[in-house]
Amino acid sequence: MATPLASVTVLAAHAARVPARDPAFLPRLFWLSLALVLLWPLGVACEFKFWLLWAPENRQASADFLRSFWPLALQPEFLDLVLRETWRTVAMATAGVTLALLLSVPLALAASRVLSLSALSGRMARGPAWVRWTVRSALVVLRSIPELIWALVFVRVVGLGPTAGVLAIALTYAGMLGKVYAEILESGENHPAQTLMRNGSGRLQAFVYALLPTHAAELASYTVYRWECAVRSSVVLGFVGAGGLGQQLDNSMKMFNGGEVATLLLVFIALVALADRVSAWLRKALA
Amino acid sequence: MKSGPTQAVLAGQGRAEAANLPYKLPPPLFDARCRACWFTAAVLALVVASFATLGLEWQALFSMEAARSMARFVGEFFPPDLSPVFVRKVALAAWETLAMSALGTVIAAALGLALALPASRLSEQDSNWLRTPTRMVLNALRAIPELAWAALLLISAGLGPFAGTLALAVHTTGVLGRLFAEAMENVPSGPAAALRTQGVGPLRVFAYATLPQVLPQLMSYTLYRWENNIRAAAVLGVVGAGGLGQMLSFHMGLFHMGKTATILAAMLLMVALVDLLSFSARKALTR
Repeated sequence: MATPLASVTVLAAHAARVPARDPAFLPRLFWLSLALVLLWPLGVACEFKFWLLWAPENRQASADFLRSFWPLALQPEFLDLVLRETWRTVAMATAGVTLALLLSVPLALAASRVLSLSALSGRMARGPAWVRWTVRSALVVLRSIPELIWALVFVRVVGLGPTAGVLAIALTYAGMLGKVYAEILESGENHPAQTLMRNGSGRLQAFVYALLPTHAAELASYTVYRWECAVRSSVVLGFVGAGGLGQQLDNSMKMFNGGEVATLLLVFIALVALADRVSAWLRKALA
Repeated sequence: MKSGPTQAVLAGQGRAEAANLPYKLPPPLFDARCRACWFTAAVLALVVASFATLGLEWQALFSMEAARSMARFVGEFFPPDLSPVFVRKVALAAWETLAMSALGTVIAAALGLALALPASRLSEQDSNWLRTPTRMVLNALRAIPELAWAALLLISAGLGPFAGTLALAVHTTGVLGRLFAEAMENVPSGPAAALRTQGVGPLRVFAYATLPQVLPQLMSYTLYRWENNIRAAAVLGVVGAGGLGQMLSFHMGLFHMGKTATILAAMLLMVALVDLLSFSARKALTR
């Protein structure tokens, strides 16, 4: 009988020591208000007037647009069009990633330090080091221009249509793939490759027989992941006239056709989820 | 089928024979090989079908005329327009882009945290029936790209950076909410359980046990998304949502190539700067 009573007393004593109020209340308040003060100029810069959303005319426009979402546009000819554009979106992503792969493999081989013969004994010679640095910077530039900007440029050069989109994806993704491939090749043990090269094999042989077997799964899995990203971004490229679902969405939006917009958004979500699933499944199978 | 009874007998005879059990064989070679074959065949079929159905205009791209127009196009970029008036305008637009991305990310982090709570199961006993619906909402927010959100939100928020900020916030809420929820579910449950057995309420358990544990991870996710959002904010303007992108599509539409070159350079510079900042910040956080 004595033990439960004792523990109850201990608990009661403990409860008495628990402060009623958050002990860190004042510091938290301080940091929160400091953050708000710092965010104020940002809000001014982006004209963040959220009350505008409740302004009667804006509210009316939003409500009308949302109301027109139902019923969904399910006419056979529209669905046919959507299906064709969906395939086109996927095809654009696939073709773009394929071209990017063709472009990025040689660049990655040129950029990776593991395949340097002169680096086997001490420092890399100046010439090769310079070439590697140049290739690397080219990859960074390719990567840091968003694909939408590339698409805008190519739409001017080759005209409206999927060619511009494929080229945009190819260039941006060549930069991303090339950089990451080079990093993957440099990661981990590279003893086999070094041994091969020390014994007189060529650099390409060292790559095919030593580096590729070690890193194949990782390289393939990253490529699949990038394909998934390319599907997402090829949806968007249509907005600048590169064809695909984005262009349809842009058209429907300009005509304020809510039903079509809703159908297209649902197809978007389904397509992205599907690409997500396929990519996750493939990557699991590769691991 | 024949080996079934034999193995049962072997197993039944006890531990003495265990040392002589046959090796665990790898999966049958034929099956493994066939799966790889099917993968490769499917990927090849997808690539071939993509190139075949897209009808890419290779002639338009590789003809002499295209090369000439490309060269002229690039040539027109020089000299970039560096007059003080225009540079000031570009700097202002860059600041607007930066503010859009930062404010959008901050709002998304707050909303993401608010949605991550119902989207995660913080303890074994927690029968969170909101988890699945909240995750579905987060997935839908995430699946629609920023650019599509911006185009949709133009109707309720009007042209300008406000729509862009909202679009970034909405899309990033989906991404961060999901990441936050996963981070909170994977945290070691000891501290939270200790508080909960003392009878502390769920809000305080979150504030004093779960949040401090996951805070560094949440910060690093948020910084990472901010980095992505700066790239996104730079192009959102293409649909009319403010920032550098709006200037870019305006001047490119009017074939002001010198001005376009300045804007592109500003974009590259900004992205590179932010990459550098975010990289060093994350390094400092994870050290």
